[in-house]
Amino acid sequence: MISFKINGKMAKVEVDPNTPLLWVIRDHLQLTGTKYGCGIAQCGACTVHLDGHAVRSCVTPVSMASGKQVTTIEGLAQNALGKTVQSAWQEVDVPQCGYCQSGQIMSAIALLKDNPHPSESQISAAMEGNLCRCGTYNRIRSAIMKASEQLGGAK
Amino acid sequence: MNTMIPKNLSRRQFLKDSAALMGGLVISFYLPMKSGRAFAADDHPKPVYPPNAFIRIAADDTITVVVNKSEMGQGVYTSLPMLIAEELEADWSHIRVESAPVAAVYNHTTFGMQLTGGSSSIPSSWEQLRRVGAIARTLLVRAAAQQWGVPENECHAENSQIIHTPSSKKLNFGSLADAAAKLPLPENVVLKSPKEFKLIGKSMKRLDTPAKINGSAQFGLDVYLPDMLTVLIARSPVFGGKVKNFDATEASKLPGVQGVYQVPTGIAVAANGFWPAKTARDLLEIEWEEGPGAAVSTAKMHSDYLEMAKQPGLVARKEGDTVQGLKEAHKSVSAEYEVPYLAHAAMEPLNVVVDLKSDHCTIWTGTQSQTLDRAMAAKTAGLTPEQVEIHTTYLGGGFGRRANPRSDFVIEAVQVAKVIGKPVKVVWTREDDTRGGNYRPMWADHIEAAIGKDGKPVAWKHTIVGQSIVADTPFEGFMTKNGIDATSVEGAATLPYAIPNFQVELHSPKNAVPVQWWRSVGHSHTAFVVETMIDELAHLAGKDPVSYRLGLLPASSRYRGVLQLAAEEAGWGKKKLPANHAHGVAVHQSFESYVAEIAEVSLENGKIRVHRVVAAVDCGRVINPDGVRQQIEGAIVYGLSAALHGAITLENGRVMQSNFHDYVPLRFSEMPQIEVHIFESTEHPTGIGEPGTPPIAPAVANAVFKLTGKRLRHMPLDQEKIA
Repeated sequence: MISFKINGKMAKVEVDPNTPLLWVIRDHLQLTGTKYGCGIAQCGACTVHLDGHAVRSCVTPVSMASGKQVTTIEGLAQNALGKTVQSAWQEVDVPQCGYCQSGQIMSAIALLKDNPHPSESQISAAMEGNLCRCGTYNRIRSAIMKASEQLGGAK
Repeated sequence: MNTMIPKNLSRRQFLKDSAALMGGLVISFYLPMKSGRAFAADDHPKPVYPPNAFIRIAADDTITVVVNKSEMGQGVYTSLPMLIAEELEADWSHIRVESAPVAAVYNHTTFGMQLTGGSSSIPSSWEQLRRVGAIARTLLVRAAAQQWGVPENECHAENSQIIHTPSSKKLNFGSLADAAAKLPLPENVVLKSPKEFKLIGKSMKRLDTPAKINGSAQFGLDVYLPDMLTVLIARSPVFGGKVKNFDATEASKLPGVQGVYQVPTGIAVAANGFWPAKTARDLLEIEWEEGPGAAVSTAKMHSDYLEMAKQPGLVARKEGDTVQGLKEAHKSVSAEYEVPYLAHAAMEPLNVVVDLKSDHCTIWTGTQSQTLDRAMAAKTAGLTPEQVEIHTTYLGGGFGRRANPRSDFVIEAVQVAKVIGKPVKVVWTREDDTRGGNYRPMWADHIEAAIGKDGKPVAWKHTIVGQSIVADTPFEGFMTKNGIDATSVEGAATLPYAIPNFQVELHSPKNAVPVQWWRSVGHSHTAFVVETMIDELAHLAGKDPVSYRLGLLPASSRYRGVLQLAAEEAGWGKKKLPANHAHGVAVHQSFESYVAEIAEVSLENGKIRVHRVVAAVDCGRVINPDGVRQQIEGAIVYGLSAALHGAITLENGRVMQSNFHDYVPLRFSEMPQIEVHIFESTEHPTGIGEPGTPPIAPAVANAVFKLTGKRLRHMPLDQEKIA
């Protein structure tokens, strides 16, 4: 039995401890906003936060989440920074097919949490691991900058 | 394919289709067959289109638009409702969207089947959906006028209300829907003139954005049924191979594994969830009967293709006499081009959920091709098409792959469901998806071209070699004429430049690798070839590439507008670029839209770096300008990924790439700035999903020539040549 908190709620699962966190989130907890794209940490579609840090859940064994806090895209409604980022995404109208966007948003939040006013090159570096085949990268950059403006504070 | 399309729809079917959309106002109407894209040939069936049902107005005033096109990122869940809402005079905030079930009423107005592709959603729905909106508005006005006992012409619709103009009395759409639904359909409706448009032409936010930023949008992979098993399939490592023997002893022992089954495409592992299925699949021991597919080698194909390109092929277009033209030329050039197989690599790997019962089959999947998939699923299951229901989820990217002309992924999933006897979700891993074939064909081209003393082209002979996408598919009949697949030569045989002696020839060899349409189809390859060659001729003539092209285009050509607009916005020939930066240009028409792109490029450590792309697009009247910008931005990124990195290669029949580390899409740090300029037009709206892709590779290659004096004629652009 492995237990952890996900979006503030307790989760207990009986699985092989090597099972990637992604598949526990999707197949066991049926939180489907976190996506499978590559399975080898190449695309970032599966990005979630583990104790506030962005991780690729497709290569994170669920055992690593034991006793920790997991946040997925579904948990953002409870999070002020999450809401700021989502509303910037809405304003810029970032998504096309939308499949990668949960991961993009989770990566963006992790960036802004550590660095509320990133430069363009810092944005590129932080988002380099998130692929988008619809090519929304420039809108993602704009949305991150917009969210950053909303966050206020010194640059 | 004709046999799969119901030519006439029975009243029973109509009632059944309408019943599925019960409640409130249901709009039905007849739409006559229209001649659409050129390749929809004359032998296409010409039924009177069955009644359609696209709008449902509820008592609470919400308006549900049933969209008959698949949302794969291209924005149809926003742009198509805009067409209806415009004529309906709906309050945009009341609009909701639902995906259409499979029914003849939802057939594409040109293709005669339910299909999303060919950048045709807007052009084929432009008249149809505005009419639907206008009919609904007319009925609501009539219902209100009857209720008030006033003449209809004293009433008008505005913002989801009917207003009696003299008295300012108002009724909400929701309160009139039931009464309106009982009225006979109006024979004639008048559509608005463009100057009355309130929504069309205005940038509207996508209706699907909220669900796509909070994780609630449902893609095929997100469908979970009770008692459903997740299935992964071990498929042949070479195309066309069959299972000879297999040993599932170890795989079957894994906790969570529910069974291992032989299915027509390989060995299926069914488990409680993806991970046990994947882990068990890795433990299978399979011996394959590989067959002739094991001989496929793309390296060998390259040399075979180039050899073939020097032989006479089928003539796709001929004007004048190229032999004579080349002989009398002032200067000439001969060049060979190679472009590889490409995988679509949508972010969501393929997947299908099937719940198969003895007399019914329900399928959830992100498909672009409902009618064909339903017919093939029915045939596989031994049911009638009416017994098969398809729920179209959001598509995590399509790019053509999810409109498979052989319905490959749907048929396979039904085969699996038949064998297993429980609801199944067949999931392709990224590796399965990358190695699963149905690629953009590999191509080789040979061009001999020549200019006269005045620098203008006098001869152009272009020979194309590559597999036909529609060969041996239901589309072959109406997309192939005299042995020529129109998609193999599109963009080449349709070269717009004035050249007196002109010939395009085609060879369509076959092999075991299945091929398919990939964003912009034939144009994805031909634009690269012809737009780099015309650039070559411009340089041979000592002329500026933009003015050279303009000099070869007729005064009325729509290519001119976008070429001039892009040149102006990019500062072509005027703007001082940083040292070691250069501009390259290309212009191309596809799906009846015209796009010019100017790329600003430099070399960084011998690698191509694209800094900025200025695009100009003429797609006729624009419905949602920001939607157009999104599509051009995305299409450029898609084309640039292919230009810089994309290649699927095979050795001994095996695909050498597997995942995003070796089949590499463009990443954030490689992203150029992109500016999209829309050429104002009042022409009929034309495609926008694909036309932005073709010009980017030649624009970049032409910029590289300017920087280095070297012509890159291979894709992905052979950077070692300039290193």
